[in-house]
Amino acid sequence: MEREQPPLGSARVTSAIAASVTRPRFSASTLSTWRRWRDRFFFVLFFASVAIGILGLAALVIDVMTDGLGALDFSFLNSYPSRHAGESGIRAALFGTIWITVGTAAFAIPIGVGTAIFLEEFAPDHWAVRLVQLNISNLAGVPSIIYGILGLALFVQAFALDRSVLAGSLTMTLLVLPIVIIVSQEAIKAVPEEFRDAAFALGANRWQVVKTVVLPQAIPGIMSGIILALSRAVGEAAPMLMISSLVFLTFIPSSPNDRFTVLPVQIFNWVSLPQPGFQAVASAGIIILLAVLLSLNSIAIWIRNRYQTRY
Amino acid sequence: MPTRYVALALGIALIAGIVALGMNEPNTNLLATDSSLFGTIEIDGSSTVFPITQAVAEEFRKVHPNVQVPVGVSGTGGGFKRFVVGETHISNASRSIKPIEIAAAAENGVEFIEIAIGFDGLSIITNPVNDFLECLTTDELRAIWEPGSEVNRWSDVRDGLPDSEFRLYGPDTDSGTFDYFTESIIHLEDASRSDYSASADDNVLIRGVSGDKDALGYFGYAFYSSSPDKLKLIAIDSGSGCIYPSPKTINDGTYSPLSRPMFIYVNTAALEREEVVVFLNFYLDNATTLVEEVGYVSLPETMYDDGRVLVASSAGSSN
Repeated sequence: MEREQPPLGSARVTSAIAASVTRPRFSASTLSTWRRWRDRFFFVLFFASVAIGILGLAALVIDVMTDGLGALDFSFLNSYPSRHAGESGIRAALFGTIWITVGTAAFAIPIGVGTAIFLEEFAPDHWAVRLVQLNISNLAGVPSIIYGILGLALFVQAFALDRSVLAGSLTMTLLVLPIVIIVSQEAIKAVPEEFRDAAFALGANRWQVVKTVVLPQAIPGIMSGIILALSRAVGEAAPMLMISSLVFLTFIPSSPNDRFTVLPVQIFNWVSLPQPGFQAVASAGIIILLAVLLSLNSIAIWIRNRYQTRY
Repeated sequence: MPTRYVALALGIALIAGIVALGMNEPNTNLLATDSSLFGTIEIDGSSTVFPITQAVAEEFRKVHPNVQVPVGVSGTGGGFKRFVVGETHISNASRSIKPIEIAAAAENGVEFIEIAIGFDGLSIITNPVNDFLECLTTDELRAIWEPGSEVNRWSDVRDGLPDSEFRLYGPDTDSGTFDYFTESIIHLEDASRSDYSASADDNVLIRGVSGDKDALGYFGYAFYSSSPDKLKLIAIDSGSGCIYPSPKTINDGTYSPLSRPMFIYVNTAALEREEVVVFLNFYLDNATTLVEEVGYVSLPETMYDDGRVLVASSAGSSN
């Protein structure tokens, strides 16, 4: 843009324009020491906030690694828990976690994505729909132990599913559903309206638009959201403590009706044991849990970067 | 697109690896295993008895890998709540079943047998830095723990002890240890002061006492003997001098009144299943070794024989 120099106006206007034009050119040198000091202060402040987070994580990882690496080998992965620290392994919890994660995905993905499609594409702008939307947002903030108690009363007792993989998966489904719905809605919202209009103009009905235009564009966002929601489910101890309770298991589930335990509950159990050997075992368990969570999160990031499209 | 194939191959390899790991049952036992028995034996109950049943379940799996034996820790009372409605097949108990629990079982048509499996000496413990308290009389214990007790400082317990406040740790009301303690020390059923740190998990109590220099607590002897360097045992004087709990004093009954038997209760209907009978006989055959390994006192062999006879006759009668 070209700015025309005004011929000769009032001094005030001229100087204002001059200031607005010239300010960027030598702003650095006109910074007062006070403003420069303030700039530095906030730089240090924000750097420190980053550093606290990173240092905290680093301290945790180093502490866990020094305690746990010695106990971590293949037989740790492949052994059941034991009363002897040296023979203890994470097999039951690892496979319990896989069962619960797969089960949760099987329930949460169809229900969550379906709800999101309905709310974004089909639902009319009605007060009842807005109420549902508000409730979903609120449910995402409910503490996880509440879902555990709900799951215990509803699935374990009322539905008589007992303390089974199925009851655990359904409870976790309730926990992650709000997250899956909200993330899927965001992904669907990000698909430009013009795409839908173009499809409608070609004579497609609403379901055809959703199926052929909206979903293919939204799926990468939905996928990475689902994986992040599942990794939350993998790391949750509180609701699983309610459902599986503290239990000593020397088997892995062979059907959805079997008893199970999960990584965080097993780690919680080991941490509570006073005998010294179990601290190393607990740390080794934490390393496994961190590895599972980090790989799930990396998959989510990979999908997002790989398939992300910008409009 | 090559990267897609690489990702696909990695995914398949990962899933195949998990499946292979899942199929490959670890077997740490060189003895012959018997894979012909199948089934689930659901066990819950006392945290005091848990270490014994845990050890039995762990050893049993090595011989019968296809029998699932989950062992929970809900406390004796919490375990009986599930046992009397038929949710569990075996209930660990650090006290006898109460009349009200027997009535509930009858109401639900649950019949059961009681098998004694070992002795425990309910142990009074403090933090190891405590160098002024060696022995408590049963009257002093009662004064500390009775409902509405105003005893909050060591000096309130006995003249000459330091004038500093102590904190109490003990099992919660679902625990058989709580029931036994209140009955034998306070002489009232379930009557205890309630302003103490209560947990159903004895390991939580150990952590509490070992981290608090002014702590006083009680729980089963095995939990003391599993971490003796973190805790200090207090002797009990019930009128005939200060006696420490030990395998000897628990066994000959001189550690009184806090020596007590431990039981497992078995739903008679479950005895129709071969794997339950095999499990109970395995339990009784290995009880002497495992009860002592986890830190309790085993029973004379004749009492385990009584258990075997009871299992055999109950299994026979229900067939």
